[in-house]
Amino acid sequence: MAEIRLIDIKEDILSDNQALAGQIRDALRNHRIFLMNLMASPGGGKTSLILQTLRRLKDKFRMAVIEGDIDSQVDAEKVIREDIPAVQIRTGGFCHLDASMIEMAFKELEMTALDAIIVENIGNLVCPAEFDIGATRNVMILSVPEGDDKPLKYPLMFSICDALVVNKTDYLEGSDFDLPVLRERVRKLNPDIRIFEVSCKTGQGIDAWTQWLAGEIKTVQNPSP
Amino acid sequence: MHELSVMESILNIVVKHALKNDAKKILGISLRVGEMTDLVDEWMQRYFDYLSKETIAAGAVLKIERIPVIFQCESCGMDFPVNMKEIRDAACPACQGNKIRLKSGREFFIKNIEVI
Repeated sequence: MAEIRLIDIKEDILSDNQALAGQIRDALRNHRIFLMNLMASPGGGKTSLILQTLRRLKDKFRMAVIEGDIDSQVDAEKVIREDIPAVQIRTGGFCHLDASMIEMAFKELEMTALDAIIVENIGNLVCPAEFDIGATRNVMILSVPEGDDKPLKYPLMFSICDALVVNKTDYLEGSDFDLPVLRERVRKLNPDIRIFEVSCKTGQGIDAWTQWLAGEIKTVQNPSP
Repeated sequence: MHELSVMESILNIVVKHALKNDAKKILGISLRVGEMTDLVDEWMQRYFDYLSKETIAAGAVLKIERIPVIFQCESCGMDFPVNMKEIRDAACPACQGNKIRLKSGREFFIKNIEVI
């Protein structure tokens, strides 16, 4: 009878992805390219925020967009209409983007001609939080109709982001969404997070958001010694 | 939600280690998983069974040990565990500070495998 043996592995499942994400981050820093990972629920306003952002920043920076969508080209086509290079990653049902998909998308872009890349992650507040893609900044959108209780349901997502964009503030009137309560819930998970309140529909608050983003892109372009 | 892709990574890693050690069959896999990862034990096993069919890991039993969610207080530096259900009211038990930072609970380790 064969003897049962125990083999020690001690390997982190996410370690391959984390190692590759680290390499991507280093390479981007060396080439002074800013990479933003934008995450939200489906319908939260990722594409709308990207379009508003591009309209305000495309004359200041050389930008590109990587679109992660389950199986459509709709979002990439909207971006191309803004005269911005866009790569669509077809994930064929995957629930998140990972570092290797981002590395592949880079091959489709002329990287030396870029200052900033926005990645539109797959609409989902769970899985994208677990997979580092090597971004300079992680940003999430929470839209008002989703409710102010989302930090309680998706704590990991709120804890890994550098900035939170509260979108669809034009829906605040007449809703029971409580902004101060949301801020408190979010800051409890992530004391340093920046919070922006915007409406992609009316344009309210977008300038403050793009000002912050422009500052972050410039920090990558001119790193302090 | 992404049990399938995670289980695929596990399968690749355990099969690689088993073959390197001249094992014929994998009987059990010990995992350490953070409480904050949204992975459900039952689905992990089901997806693993589905993916491992016709491999040397077919039929292997997943033994999942959970790693608690630990926060660290930014004011006094104390580490303390937080129940996921009470995460909304999490505050430092020593100084009642609510500036706290996640320290553990997101891990996903393969500890060891049982083989013949």
